[in-house]
Amino acid sequence: MKVTIDNLSKKFGDVIGVENLTLHIEDGEFVAFLGPSGCGKTTTLLTLAGIYKPTDGVIRFGERVVNTVQPKDRNIGMVFQSYALYPHMTVFQNIAYPLKLKKVSKADQHDRVRQVANVMGIGELLDRRPGQLSGGQQQRVALGRALVKEPDVLLFDEPLSNLDARLRLTMRGEIKHLQKDLGITSIYVTHDQVEAMTMADRIAVMSGGHLQAFDSPDELYDRPKTQFVAGFVGNPPMNFVDVSVQASNGRFFAETESLRLEVQAARGAPPASYDGPVVMGIRPEDIQIASNGSVSGEIFVVEPLGREDLIDVRVGRHSFLLLADTEDRHQAGERVSLAFDMEQAQFFDPKTEKSLLWQ
Amino acid sequence: MSEQAKSSDSSVPRGILGSNALKSYLGAYGFMAPAGILVIVFFLIPVAIVLYLSLTNLASSNFTSNLAIMEFIGLKNYQTLLNDQFARKIFFNTIFYVLVTLSIFNVSLALLVSLLTTHIDRSAGFVFRALWILPRITSPVVYILIWKRMIAEAPFGIINQFNEALGQPTYNYISTNPWVFVVVVNGFIGVSFGMIIFTSAIESIPKDLLNASLVDGSSKLQRIRYVIMPLIRWPLLFVVTYQTLSLLTSFVEIQLLTDGGPGLYRTEVWSLTAYHRALSNYFGNAQWGYGSAFAVLLVMIGVVLAVIYMRVFRFDELIAEPRVEAL
Repeated sequence: MKVTIDNLSKKFGDVIGVENLTLHIEDGEFVAFLGPSGCGKTTTLLTLAGIYKPTDGVIRFGERVVNTVQPKDRNIGMVFQSYALYPHMTVFQNIAYPLKLKKVSKADQHDRVRQVANVMGIGELLDRRPGQLSGGQQQRVALGRALVKEPDVLLFDEPLSNLDARLRLTMRGEIKHLQKDLGITSIYVTHDQVEAMTMADRIAVMSGGHLQAFDSPDELYDRPKTQFVAGFVGNPPMNFVDVSVQASNGRFFAETESLRLEVQAARGAPPASYDGPVVMGIRPEDIQIASNGSVSGEIFVVEPLGREDLIDVRVGRHSFLLLADTEDRHQAGERVSLAFDMEQAQFFDPKTEKSLLWQ
Repeated sequence: MSEQAKSSDSSVPRGILGSNALKSYLGAYGFMAPAGILVIVFFLIPVAIVLYLSLTNLASSNFTSNLAIMEFIGLKNYQTLLNDQFARKIFFNTIFYVLVTLSIFNVSLALLVSLLTTHIDRSAGFVFRALWILPRITSPVVYILIWKRMIAEAPFGIINQFNEALGQPTYNYISTNPWVFVVVVNGFIGVSFGMIIFTSAIESIPKDLLNASLVDGSSKLQRIRYVIMPLIRWPLLFVVTYQTLSLLTSFVEIQLLTDGGPGLYRTEVWSLTAYHRALSNYFGNAQWGYGSAFAVLLVMIGVVLAVIYMRVFRFDELIAEPRVEAL
């Protein structure tokens, strides 16, 4: 089922939940809504679910306008962060509830619940109550309940946030696999950019009730269109420095009082023609500690991550996060020289925070 | 110091009668004393006195400054009561009054008001609930005066003025439909208690759960039936129990509205009889002993009912089981 959102706004009195959102989601696509708390992603999801009525704009499921359609008539399945299982019903009754409301016969209910329960690996738990289940089991029941009525659209509201880190990793894979298997159009709200990056076909990055970008994970990572997207997507986050980009003899240099880095023409020309200083962004993996580096600085702090060390290097009054091999055993206070891979540098307009490279 | 603490610690298992143990519990008793003394002085002792009075012939007709004249007459008052030709009528009056008021107003209407006011705009719901609380916070005398003014005979009663204006016959409602007004007047007060309990129970159901039900395909009515009602079972049973007992003992409004009339005991209820007999009998003949017998029986009925409710509704299980799943 295609989901089309055109100029959607949802306001609560004077408070803006989401404003002027336009998104076209393809049939069978897995889309993540990514953003910090209060960015409007859950509001949008609940509006899609029909819990909220849009203040403005149009939502279509397929060709059907669903703006005022009741949730029960939308044929959606939804998974909540709190699982939202009915505590007074057994697991079987929880999963069968959507079927019971659809007046499916008892025998069919039984078959379909068993089938879904087996897919979710909770076949032996059908007689238990939610209170007797672990968090991961509850999440599977919630997923089963959402899937049992074979919905046209699946909605996920931060479904993994309440699970421990290891279980989150497992469920992440399972949900992605299941979604690809069933081919149900899915919308997944999360504030965890790793979840969004790993699971989604496309990510809608939201902030302050506005859509910042809607693109594939790779596009968002390599060609962020706004400084917000650049900073939000990627972990550890991108480094930002105010620089002025100067052209001299067809070569381009990004400069501050303590830095002078050459930029390739393709990336250097747009910021050079900008009047005044710009914001340069460079990801931690694009900075190396190298003996032939062009910039020298001092290590401020080393955070071991196991596979690698996250290192904060101070260069003049700037600070850069970068990743280094744990084998190198860097220490705080050590003087190092840095090599910047300027082919990956991003440049942003400091006023509009829009990218100077990608439109 | 530490040795002393040690010895009092080790003596705890020996029971509270040991002198050391008593000492160690003294602090706890000290903290309990204010509430304990209040319960003893204002509840247990009066109950004992009433129980004793019900076994005597104490009445204003034989009352002198010498209380020794009071005679212990055993269960004679209870015998008289059982043979009282009106006791049966009053008993069934009481059952009728409690059942009808409880089922229509204190439970059903309270539930309806909470469900309606939690399904509309929040502030509007608040206003409606505030209106329903007015009868309870109004002084009973004022409240009953308002009702009396409304249902008074023509040409004074407000309802009868409407009847006249519309060309309808007028009625003396107190004599034609006394039970209707006894029930309605008490019911309007009774609604607010259940309403407050039910509303807070409904509002404390997690929002996700309510949304999940809609997404799963329920209408709002189905959601009430399958999700909200089962989740407020405990408050529902609590209100039934508590309000049964409170209706059994309430009589002020009836006393002010009909005083058990019109005629002979038409709307008289048990607790009102206890009051009439003991404190406000005809010609100032207060039968304290006989009235106490009524009161004691009422207490016993209340205790029996409470025990039955607890058994039937399995209160202990309800309390032990978590009602709303925590995260």
